[in-house]
Amino acid sequence: MSAEHLIIDHISIEFDSPKGKFKALDNVNLKIKKGEFVSLIGHSGCGKSTVLNIVAGLLQSTEGGVVLEGKEVNEPGPERAVVFQNHSLLPWLTSYENVELAVKQVFKGKKSKAEMREWIEHNLRLVHMEYAMHKKPSEISGGMKQRVGIARALAMEPTVLLMDEPFGALDALTRSHLQDSLMEIQRDLKNTVIMITHDVDEAVLLSDRIVMMTNGPAATIGEILDVDLPRPRNRLALADDSHYNHLRAEVLRFLHERHGKKELDKKPESKAGEEAKGLDSDREAA
Amino acid sequence: MIARVAQSLENIEWVAPWLRLFKGENPKEQVNAIIRGIGVPILAFVLFLWIWDASASRVETSLGTVPGPVQVWQQAKGLWQEHLAEREKADAFYQRQEERNAKKLAKNPDAEVKWREYHGRPTYIDQIYTSLYTVFAGFILAVVIAVPIGIVCGLSNTMYTAINPLIQIFKPVSPLAWLPIVTMIVSAVYVSDDPLFEKSFVNSAITVTLCCMWPTLVNTIVGVSGLDKDLINVSQVLRLPWFTKVRKVVLPFAVPMIFTGMRLSLGVGWMVLIAAEMLAQNPGLGKFVWDEFQNGSSNSLGRIMVAVFTIGFIGFILDRIMLAIQRSVSWDKTVAVR
Repeated sequence: MSAEHLIIDHISIEFDSPKGKFKALDNVNLKIKKGEFVSLIGHSGCGKSTVLNIVAGLLQSTEGGVVLEGKEVNEPGPERAVVFQNHSLLPWLTSYENVELAVKQVFKGKKSKAEMREWIEHNLRLVHMEYAMHKKPSEISGGMKQRVGIARALAMEPTVLLMDEPFGALDALTRSHLQDSLMEIQRDLKNTVIMITHDVDEAVLLSDRIVMMTNGPAATIGEILDVDLPRPRNRLALADDSHYNHLRAEVLRFLHERHGKKELDKKPESKAGEEAKGLDSDREAA
Repeated sequence: MIARVAQSLENIEWVAPWLRLFKGENPKEQVNAIIRGIGVPILAFVLFLWIWDASASRVETSLGTVPGPVQVWQQAKGLWQEHLAEREKADAFYQRQEERNAKKLAKNPDAEVKWREYHGRPTYIDQIYTSLYTVFAGFILAVVIAVPIGIVCGLSNTMYTAINPLIQIFKPVSPLAWLPIVTMIVSAVYVSDDPLFEKSFVNSAITVTLCCMWPTLVNTIVGVSGLDKDLINVSQVLRLPWFTKVRKVVLPFAVPMIFTGMRLSLGVGWMVLIAAEMLAQNPGLGKFVWDEFQNGSSNSLGRIMVAVFTIGFIGFILDRIMLAIQRSVSWDKTVAVR
């Protein structure tokens, strides 16, 4: 079973547009092992988010399908928790209450009240948010909001954790902090993770495999890169590591050489949801 | 608790400088702020009174000259005196009744005693009370109808398309047009030997409902349909059942907009009520104005002007109350609510 934990089986998707059918994805095929950390990287608008949304069940593929632990995915569910780019916390609830909403929904009747409270607090501790547990999203920084968003997703005890450019809207320093936190959590929990990113360093640092996608329309998987760096990984030590730099260069080469003609859009990220943000792969993580 | 009250008081523009002056923060600046905040409006009001006084005495009507501020003030005092006199009469009546019944019971403990209610003429204060009571009845009914419909229409495009033309058609209709229809329907449907409410009250309240539900309805729809796509995704990932989704996500998100609508609704309702009461003969401020107009004594114009100020002042107070509620329920503190 471990070899076929999550199968993205030849999925294609078409959208209706005023000019007729628009094929966003074509024949995307990927098998992910249990506990594997996979990054999806590619240019803006190549359909990375679409892949993730299909796995999440928020979008339905036109052809092919997604199979998780032998069951086909056709609607959203907490076993495929999503960390959204712009945190998507309910602004009128505190951090604790945001996680609580998820926990109450997932563990209704399975955990007692005290167990739920302990579980909520445990997850907030995991992301180092215990000290701002009872603050509302408007009272905490962007990085902290994203931490709570991750805590909420982890608290659902997902089979697969889906992250849609989780650190895309954060400044470089906060981002590297959160990446370290995520690695720490990942070391302990060994979740299966699919993460979308446009940051090459982030992809190499965090992933077991990097899936590089070709440009849309009809985007598909271009290359898959195995990141065989030993864990735990340390960003400072890796900065001088030749293998790390080689892998990093591989990803950059893919993005530039094969799609070098495309003008790199460097403007800061606008609102999440669409893939409106630029590919700032050259930005240093710290 | 005290700190919270102080905090909320500081949010009121014209109270804040007094508080800061009291705390001794930069007195000169606070005095300036007070002059700006209170001095200017007072000056403008005095100017208004002067223009009113100067122009009113020039107009001669069949009921004498148009009353100026002084006469209106006297009428206001007169109405208050009448109210007190009427209350005294009522008290005297109840006292007499009590003494009489006590005496009867003392003579014979099994005697059957009668307790009657005092039926005096409603005073001005009673009429204000009736109006407030009526407007709230109509307003609450409007909210109870508008919010659920608004939520359903905000969530479903089909429902919105279905109901939108109806909203657009009925929204601009005047209370004067609704009232005859309401009256006829109420007289036909609301038949009871011992009615809980007066028909005039029911007519006025329903007319208020029909006229004031639209702002709440429209704002609820707008508020709900503005729900963030990401929050919808969250509720989908969590597999929230429809009702939980509405309660935990949709409603809290739309609450600031709903309350904005409710504030507008109450304003409209209060405005409409006076006209409705006039026609329905509900014993409130509207009827007072109508009766004074029909009465045609030399005091009438002055009394009607008292009513105008009362209506305006109460409308203002209602708006402030709704504003305070609106502020307290608004989770988005970055938006200035005014």
